[in-house]
Amino acid sequence: MSKEAILGAIRRGLKRGPLPADQRAMLDGRLASHPRHLIPARSRVSRPEQIALFIRNVEKEFGTVERVPDLAAVPAALADYLAAQNLPTAFPMAPHPELLGIPWDSRPLLQPEPRRAQGTDQVSLQHGFAGIAETGTLMLPSAPERPTTLNLLADTAVVLLRASRIHGAYEEAWDALRAEHRDARTGGPMPRNIMFVTGPSRSADIEQTLELGAHGPRRLHILLLDDDPAALPPGA
Amino acid sequence: MQITSPAFKQNAARALEDAGLQKALGTAKGAFLQRRAAAVANLPEFERLRDIARDIKNHTLANLDHYLETFAANVEKAGGQVHWCSTADEAREAVLAICRRANARTVTKGKSMISEELGINRHLERHGIQPVETDLGEYILQLRDEPPSHIIAPAFHLNREDWEADFRRMHTDLPKDRVFAERRDILAEARTRLRERFLAADVGITGANFLIAETGSSVIVTNEGNGDLTQTLPRIHIALASIEKVVPTLEDCTSLLRLLARSATGQDFSVYTTFSTGSRRPGDLDGPEEYHVVLVDNGRSNMIGTEFQEMLRCIRCAACMNHCPVYGAVGGHAYGWVYPGPMGSVLTPSLVGVEKTGNLPNASTFCGRCESVCPVKIPLPKMMRHWREREFERHLTPSAARWGLGAWAWFARRPGLYRFATRAAIGALGLLGRGKGAFRSLPLAGNWTKGRDLPVPEPGGTFMSRYAAAQRRGARR
Repeated sequence: MSKEAILGAIRRGLKRGPLPADQRAMLDGRLASHPRHLIPARSRVSRPEQIALFIRNVEKEFGTVERVPDLAAVPAALADYLAAQNLPTAFPMAPHPELLGIPWDSRPLLQPEPRRAQGTDQVSLQHGFAGIAETGTLMLPSAPERPTTLNLLADTAVVLLRASRIHGAYEEAWDALRAEHRDARTGGPMPRNIMFVTGPSRSADIEQTLELGAHGPRRLHILLLDDDPAALPPGA
Repeated sequence: MQITSPAFKQNAARALEDAGLQKALGTAKGAFLQRRAAAVANLPEFERLRDIARDIKNHTLANLDHYLETFAANVEKAGGQVHWCSTADEAREAVLAICRRANARTVTKGKSMISEELGINRHLERHGIQPVETDLGEYILQLRDEPPSHIIAPAFHLNREDWEADFRRMHTDLPKDRVFAERRDILAEARTRLRERFLAADVGITGANFLIAETGSSVIVTNEGNGDLTQTLPRIHIALASIEKVVPTLEDCTSLLRLLARSATGQDFSVYTTFSTGSRRPGDLDGPEEYHVVLVDNGRSNMIGTEFQEMLRCIRCAACMNHCPVYGAVGGHAYGWVYPGPMGSVLTPSLVGVEKTGNLPNASTFCGRCESVCPVKIPLPKMMRHWREREFERHLTPSAARWGLGAWAWFARRPGLYRFATRAAIGALGLLGRGKGAFRSLPLAGNWTKGRDLPVPEPGGTFMSRYAAAQRRGARR
C-alpha cells in the first residue's frame, strides 16, 4: 500500500524505523502544548493602540472601518453606507444571535435576510469572530450562524466586529478559538473552515499591477462596535 | 508535462530574442523586489523569523512520518479522507476516481503547482471531465494552452496586449468592438465568466500551502478569492498536497505565514488565508459535503537523508526566482518544466532526474541572492553545486567541459606552473589587445564571447603577482 511505501521511504532516508514510544510521546506533547514562537513587537502595545493599529492596517489594505457606539446604532450606520454607495437594501445576513438581535425596525427600509449568500447578491453582512491588529485581519470561522459564502460572493462584504474581539497577534486569536470553540465532530477547536481576511479581493496577475475586486468582494467594510472601555481613545 | 529542460540553452537563446517576453520581464522587474524589501524593512524581526522557520521545517522533516500519520488521523476524525499516493500516476487516478464517483462534468481549480506537476488537467480532459482554472493568471494560460512561467504569478511572461487579444479570441459571444480601457476591464470580464463556472462545478480542486498535523487542516493562501470559491461552492473539495507541506501546529504555521506573503508579493498578509478541516458540519448552510486530501510523494521521500533534504523546507514563495539574474533574463519557460528559477534548478533534477535536467543547476552565476532572500534559508547555490558534482561523477557532463575541467585541475594542482601559465596568458592577451579595450571574439572561446566581450587585461600582471607585490610593499613599510 502507498501509505506504507511512503512512510517506509521516509524512515529509510532518516535511517531509522518507526519512532519509539517515548519519542512519539514527546512529539505528541509538543502538539498538545503547541508552543508559540516569536511574536513581532508591533502588536505589543496598549489596547487603544491595538485598535488603532487594526484600523490603520485594514485601511492600508483598502478596507474601510466605521466605529459604532452600540448595536442600536448599526442599522443607521449600515443604511447610510449602503445609500452612499448606491447599494440595495435587501441583503443576506449571518443568522448569528447578535445580528438577529439588532433592532432592524429602526430602519424599515433595510431588509436583512438570515441565510447564506448566493451568486447574485450584491451586499452581505457577516459576523466577525475576531480581528488581528498585527495585519488588520478578520478571523471568520464557519458555523451554522456564520456561513462561509457571506465572506465571498457579494460585491460588498460588510462585517460587524466588536472592538473587544481585536487581538494583537494571530496566536491570541487562536487561543480565543481554542477557549471558546469545541467542534462537535472532532472535539478540537477547528470548525470546517476558517477564513482570515485582509482587505478586499485583488489580483496582480496582469502585468504585476494591483487591481481590486478579483473573484471575491470588491469592497470590505467593517462596522466596529466600540464595546471595550479599555480600547477607547483617551478623552473619548 | 513535457520536459524541455535538455534544450535549456536553445530555450534561453530564444527567450532572449523574444521581444514580447523581454518587455514583460522588463515591466515586472523590480516590482516584486521593491515590495518585498519594503515589507521586510517594516518587520524588524524578519531575520529572526527566518531562523525560526528553518528550525520548524527541520524539526518536521526529522519526524515527517509521525506528523503525516497524525495529520491523516485528524483529517479522518473531521470526516475527510486521505489518499496516499507514491507516484504521479496514483495521484491522477485518485483524483479521477473521486470525480467519476461524483459523475462530475466540470471541475473548478485553484492555482496549484502540484497539479501542474501531476498533469491533472490533461488527465481529466482525456476522461471527459472539463477542468476550469480560476486563478486569473492560470485562466488565461488555459486559454492559451501554456504552462505557468512563475510559481506565484503564472502569467508573468504576458503583456496586457496578450490578455486583450486572447479574451477577444476566446470570448466570442461578447461584442467584438468592446473596449478594454483599463486593466480592470480585463479583470471584470474574467470575473463574470468564471462566476458562472464556480456556481456550476461539481468538484473543486485546490492545492495546499500547508497541512497541519495538530488539526488535520489544509491551508490555502490567495489574493483573488478564487481558491475559496473553488473549495466552498462545489459538493466535493479535493486538496492536492505534497508530503513536505505538513507542519505540526497552528502556531508553527502562523510563524511561516508571517514570512510567506512578505517574501512572495511583499504583502504583510495575503487577502485570504483559509484553513479547511473536514467536510460540512451538521447545520452548516454551505461548504462541501466531501473533503479529500490527495497526499503526493512523487519522488520527495527519496530526497530525505540526502544532500537535497533541505530543499523540502521550501514554502514556494518565489523570492529566489524574483531575485535571480538568470530567471530575470530568460523567464520561466526556458527552464523546461514546472518549477523555474533557483528552487526549480534544485528540485527538478531531484524529481525527474539529473540526466535530463543537468543544464538547470548549471544555469547559475552562484551570485547567492536566492539563498540570501529565502525565508527558510535553503542553501540553493550549495545544492546546485552538489548537482554539478553528481553530473560530473556520472559522466553526464559534455566531453569538452570535462576535458577543460581536467586540464584546469591538472594546472591548478601545480601552483608554480599555474602561475607561470596564467602570467604568460595575461601578458599575451595584453599585448594582443593593446589599445582595443575588449576582445569581441577569441579562439577556442567562441561560445563564451558570443554573448559577451572579454576585457583586455590591464598591465601589472596577475592577481597573484600583484597581491605578492602589495604584500612586499606592506612589509617594507
